[in-house]
Amino acid sequence: MNLSIKHFVYPIYSCAMLSALLLLAGCQPQLPEAARSGLVYCSEGSPESFNPQLVTSGTTIDIISQQLYDRLVDINPDNGDIIAGLATSWQVSADGTRYQFTLRDNVSFHSTHYFSPGRKFNASDVVFTFNRITDPLHPFHLQGGGVYPYFQSVDWASLVKQVEAIDDHTVVFKLQRPDSSFLSNLTTDFAAILSAEYGQKLLAAKQPAQIDRLPVGTGPFRFREYQKDILVRLYRNKNYWRGDTQPEQLVFDIVPNNARRMAKLFTHECDIVSYPRVAELELIAARPDVTVQESTSMNVGFWAFNTQKPPFDQLAVRQALAMAINRAAILQAVYYGQATPAYGILPPTSWAYNDGLPAPVYSPAKARALLAEAGYPNGFTMDIWAMPVQRLYNPNALKMAELMQADLAQIGVKANIVSYEWNSFRQKLGNFEHDSVLIGWAADNPDPDNFFRPLLSCAARDSGSNRANWCDPAFDEIISEALLTANQQQRRALYLTAQQYLHQQQPLVAIAHSQRFQAISSSVSGVTINPYGGIALQHAKRVEP
Amino acid sequence: MTRYLLRRLFLMGFVFLALSLLAFSLGYLFPGDVVQNVSGLRPIDDNQRQQLISYYQLDQNILQQYLAFLGRITQGDWGLSFSSQQPLLHEIKLLLPATLELAAYALLLSFIIGIPLGILAAFKPDNIIGKSISALAMVGYSLPIFWWGLLLIMFFSLALGWLPSAGRIGVLYEIPHSSGFMLYDILQADINYRNEALHNALQHLFLPTIVLATFPTTVMIRFVRDAMLNVWEQNYIKTARAKGLNRGQVLYRHGLRNALLPVIRQIGLQFSTLITLAMLTEVIFSWPGIGRWLIDSIYQRNYPAIQAGLLVISTMVITINMLTEILHAFFNPLARRG
Repeated sequence: MNLSIKHFVYPIYSCAMLSALLLLAGCQPQLPEAARSGLVYCSEGSPESFNPQLVTSGTTIDIISQQLYDRLVDINPDNGDIIAGLATSWQVSADGTRYQFTLRDNVSFHSTHYFSPGRKFNASDVVFTFNRITDPLHPFHLQGGGVYPYFQSVDWASLVKQVEAIDDHTVVFKLQRPDSSFLSNLTTDFAAILSAEYGQKLLAAKQPAQIDRLPVGTGPFRFREYQKDILVRLYRNKNYWRGDTQPEQLVFDIVPNNARRMAKLFTHECDIVSYPRVAELELIAARPDVTVQESTSMNVGFWAFNTQKPPFDQLAVRQALAMAINRAAILQAVYYGQATPAYGILPPTSWAYNDGLPAPVYSPAKARALLAEAGYPNGFTMDIWAMPVQRLYNPNALKMAELMQADLAQIGVKANIVSYEWNSFRQKLGNFEHDSVLIGWAADNPDPDNFFRPLLSCAARDSGSNRANWCDPAFDEIISEALLTANQQQRRALYLTAQQYLHQQQPLVAIAHSQRFQAISSSVSGVTINPYGGIALQHAKRVEP
Repeated sequence: MTRYLLRRLFLMGFVFLALSLLAFSLGYLFPGDVVQNVSGLRPIDDNQRQQLISYYQLDQNILQQYLAFLGRITQGDWGLSFSSQQPLLHEIKLLLPATLELAAYALLLSFIIGIPLGILAAFKPDNIIGKSISALAMVGYSLPIFWWGLLLIMFFSLALGWLPSAGRIGVLYEIPHSSGFMLYDILQADINYRNEALHNALQHLFLPTIVLATFPTTVMIRFVRDAMLNVWEQNYIKTARAKGLNRGQVLYRHGLRNALLPVIRQIGLQFSTLITLAMLTEVIFSWPGIGRWLIDSIYQRNYPAIQAGLLVISTMVITINMLTEILHAFFNPLARRG
């Protein structure tokens, strides 16, 4: 008996020892060089594409834009000024229809395991990049569906007449009409510069689809690998022209679950987590090993009506619904007080903000009266589409929809909450299958036009990004006129009118402008929140404790 | 034995026939467009649709369609995933090793722990050791795996910070993909951080293996204990003892061999439970295996992926079941008659 027991106890004992060793060793992680200077960013979703021209989703932009690519011009995040990027200088003709850019010398495209550039960046790359968007004969124009959502929403194709390379270092954009938001649009994350040489190589190899899957840019990091729903791995671009990239390796760990992302931050499996849940901010801030960064951000969360569908085509109905919503409760319950109530779609930090807009009224009684006037004394049934993901401008659309459902019940409107998986959600929205939707917008550049045209113009309706399905020639005229002049005073006056007009027409109900938060491990420095678009990580640096 | 094998294979043929019929019919039973469900391609324009219909022989009668389906499955054309538009078989090939690796380690752990503990409990069924082992097995058997996994993460990852909470390996370690089995890949990769990577991978493996092993271990303990108690009562054991063999000899020569026979069969029966639990474990620990992929596919209504996942997992379970049956029969002449 003794013998047998000893025999059986031994393996158990050795097992226990092995586990103890593992655990103990876990206390002192020894990182190799490649991992030590690497950085992990926990992302809330997978990128849809690796070409910023093709996407609008903030998640994708955060992962690809600032890391892999450069733009002709950039924005100084501190003051919103336009600064040099791949173009060192630019001249605008007197009539505002000809922009001439002088390009930077000695900029190399990424050298990766699938492409080695044979020449430096030059004017033909710029022509290649922008012709892809506008020229139907461009070999890559139809690649990926031929849809360029951001550029379509700002009516790019009808604005840019021609992009021409004068010589290797000079490129000229000829416009159909002056457009004061043109430079701002070039600074957005979507206006990334692609390599023409890489395009030619892919065409020769008959693999044109690779251009959006295996990216080649000039940015601070080069692409290494992408495992869908698992990670995106980037390496430092040693020849980056700005030359100050810190992390050797940058990994985007894809963790869609909120709580899990937080857990990974606490266990130091992630260094940076964007969009921590506002409800958890206090918990995060209390930890010594994590810092919370906060910044005002240009965004708006709104409730858009499908204005082509009855009864939402009636102004009185839209006004009644707007009045029925108790925003104070929403701000408290959904944003936890970390947001400014929105009076219109433009945030107060914009220079064109109309501070004369009346504060929104909350009055179920008046709302009911308006409904009766519109011919619905007993209310009606409608759908509220709530987006399934958390976004800066709306951290919890489902909860917001539930609150609104209760508010609407007060005026006799029965609301059903509808939600789909994010990709099909946006697809169905693009087909205008909704009654109303809770969604929002985050600015890509500081120009106020970025809030009007992509959201509510007729062009945006055709490209599907106008969630209100609203096309009003009078409104389009105001915002188009504002683009024809570079005079900021005149533009401001026009945008004030536009905001007033929106207030009267109520195609959507603006709800809140949210603060942007970001949680960073205390051992990482050099990451700041960019108020305009995607996060930039080239300056991030691990501080040795 | 040959007759037995033939009979088994014949039976297996029927099972696979039924399985293929079910998988085939799913393409029609799922909501939505049949052409999309079968090909996985979307969106489909009219031109493409005609081509696809003739390629998938959807204009033929149902028997033709089924035969075409069988042909495609055997040739490795499993259609595309809705969400990634990548070939399904390729995706599964990348994911399956992760699940197999986890399941194999968990199964191994359950043997290493379960069998000795079971024997130990059988030897002293009435004293404190035997009783506490049985009690522990009962508790482990009734633990909801979700709760247990989260509890371990809370304790070892969040509170103590000893072990990572998710994934197969720290994302900063780049391991070239060759077989898909992480430890093997690390060992044969040409990298200068092999030891660190191995250590890191083991740390990642630790909690999921424990969680996944919990259930089979407790089953193993209870099963070995019962079998051992049963065998110990047999006359041949008494005879052996009477012939003067000591307890250790009797245990090895007569007890274990007979008691472990039903355990072999048990492995096969437990395998399907193990795979189901592996799916849950993969979700809890964000383990990039086929289970998590299948559950995501269900959420995303990715019908072609659900169909392919069902086919792979069922085939795997049936095959393992059959193999252990055959193994059991090989060791136990009595079972060959059954």
